[in-house]
Amino acid sequence: MAMAIDAAQAAEWLDRELKGDYPDARGRFGPYGGAYVPETLIPSLEKLAAGVKRWLSDPDYLADFHRELNTFVGRPTALTFAPTLSKKWGAEVWLKREDLAHTGAHKINNAIGQALLAKRLGATRIVAETGAGQHGVASAAACARLGLPCTVYMGAVDIERQAPNVGRMKLLGATVVPVTAGDQTLRAAVDEALRDWVTNPDGTYYLLGSAIGPHPYPYIVRELQSVIGREAREQMLKQANALPDLVVACVGGGSNSIGMFHPFIKDTSVQILGIEAGGRGAGLGDNSATLSFGRPGVLQGCYSMLLQDDDGQIQETHSVSAGLDYPGVGPEHALLHSAGRVSYESVTDDEALEALAECCEAEGIIPAIETAHAFFGARRYAHANPGKRILICLSGRGDKDMPTLQKTLLKGKI
Amino acid sequence: MSTPAESISMAIRAAHDEGRPALVAFVTAGFPKVEQFTDNLLKVADAADVVEIGVPFSDPMADGATIQLASRAALAQGVSMVWILETVAALPRRPKAPLLLMSYLNPLLSYGLDKLPAAARAAGISGFIVPDLPHEEAADLEAALAHEGLALIQMVTPVTPQARLERLCGAAKGFVYAVTMTGTTGKNVAVPEEVTGYLDRVRAASNVPVCAGFGIRAKEQVALLASHVDGVVVGSALLEVLERGEDPAAFLASLR
Repeated sequence: MAMAIDAAQAAEWLDRELKGDYPDARGRFGPYGGAYVPETLIPSLEKLAAGVKRWLSDPDYLADFHRELNTFVGRPTALTFAPTLSKKWGAEVWLKREDLAHTGAHKINNAIGQALLAKRLGATRIVAETGAGQHGVASAAACARLGLPCTVYMGAVDIERQAPNVGRMKLLGATVVPVTAGDQTLRAAVDEALRDWVTNPDGTYYLLGSAIGPHPYPYIVRELQSVIGREAREQMLKQANALPDLVVACVGGGSNSIGMFHPFIKDTSVQILGIEAGGRGAGLGDNSATLSFGRPGVLQGCYSMLLQDDDGQIQETHSVSAGLDYPGVGPEHALLHSAGRVSYESVTDDEALEALAECCEAEGIIPAIETAHAFFGARRYAHANPGKRILICLSGRGDKDMPTLQKTLLKGKI
Repeated sequence: MSTPAESISMAIRAAHDEGRPALVAFVTAGFPKVEQFTDNLLKVADAADVVEIGVPFSDPMADGATIQLASRAALAQGVSMVWILETVAALPRRPKAPLLLMSYLNPLLSYGLDKLPAAARAAGISGFIVPDLPHEEAADLEAALAHEGLALIQMVTPVTPQARLERLCGAAKGFVYAVTMTGTTGKNVAVPEEVTGYLDRVRAASNVPVCAGFGIRAKEQVALLASHVDGVVVGSALLEVLERGEDPAAFLASLR
């Protein structure tokens, strides 16, 4: 059920978004965002907001951040032309290779940026949540690099389906705490990380991995992940001699996508498409496609679109990809959706797996199952709009998905 | 004729005037069994001075294990805001203790802030406690509730800075809910001097009574707190009593 939004209101939101007014002084993106947290966390969030204001555009902080991005993360990541997919789809397909970033996904951009911020704010301990395990691994790596102890909350269901990442986190020195409460996936892990922070507000820094949560997190994550879109835009102009006609990324909470999209939102010639997890289908509980099937509400500190029942209870979600298996979405995505700047569609489990197999064989790259949703969405667009130049955010590599792939694409083949 | 919000303050003061700390009892709606709820609620309301009825939510981020599990059990039996308001409206007799609803924000938004205050008042509810709604985001709900004379209870914590604490307590209605510690509900709280010092600061800043909550489960704690607050909130410990099938009135009486 979508909200009825009148055209004048949508135009005003878009205008303010393009002017860079969001988040506003109340931490809002139009009607979305805000900070809905227990009173205990208010001083911590105020301290964080002050720290963000002080440091995020500070030349010394930025010098540290970009040095780490270049020499530790391995940026800039490549922009790769995909010749076989281009031919098959009847399009010109370019891949922004976040799978080549250290630890295997875009998550490290945000993790190292926030860990550097945490140090400057005097934190002595980091807590993080993780779904697919990518943010957990990135946080563990960033904390090891900067000498900060790290505790990662991870749903018991995700621990099973992303087992390789659990081992990686432990090797990197993090304490991994299984979450058996709630739905035992990403959302339960966020609840548990918030409970830890409520219990230890002094000295603990909550390193949130997606563009969700209370203000200023959606802003921090967008700022730190925008390096993806800034690099990709420059690389397109240099290597393709033109901007793309379409930019595509997968959307769970929405961190790789907001990082990719934000530097392109002022380019009126560029269409932008976010792909959510359509799971098994349209039924409540069968998918994680928040913007397709949700309505507004408050979860985990933020007013945004949510998958919920008529009583306001948050629904359990389903996706074959742990990283998209989340019933909410970042408030800036909700705004871009309401303002009509970005289109959001969904892709099912089976479609994503099929696109994953196609990319492996065509381009010699195993994308994460999350990322594969964006590939299927790109192909569907290419078939409907022949001859377009398409930029896909290849947000992560699929090594972590081997347990799931063994049970699906590889079933009976090995 | 006092407003429902004022009736909360008066109930707490009345207990305090009798020389005993007011007991604010929390029960999750429909826990452990929906069939027993009316009965349990009346027993608790007869033994307590104010009752908080917990509206179960799928993501209770400020709650510890006991209330998380109680919420889950209630939701599994189909408990909803609609059911709670109907059940409270249909109580066979009106309890003397004012009734509050404690709910995370989303079930309230989903019910509709336009309809909620009148429906709650009609059911005999005197106020709301919303643990994920800080003062900065509370204006809409506060105004909607005030229109019906209902209170939005303000929480403060040991880490609330003094200037903020004075601002929040100065504007509070019903009572000030002073959280005893940084953490989730249900743990056992010690009552060291810094806690009593903090509670004294809260009381000095408040025009309405002050009740301490989170982690209160024994007579000794209540005795230590009694001279620093007007009342205490008992939640997780009471749910554990109900789950074991013991008498809630006897447990509440044992606390003072």
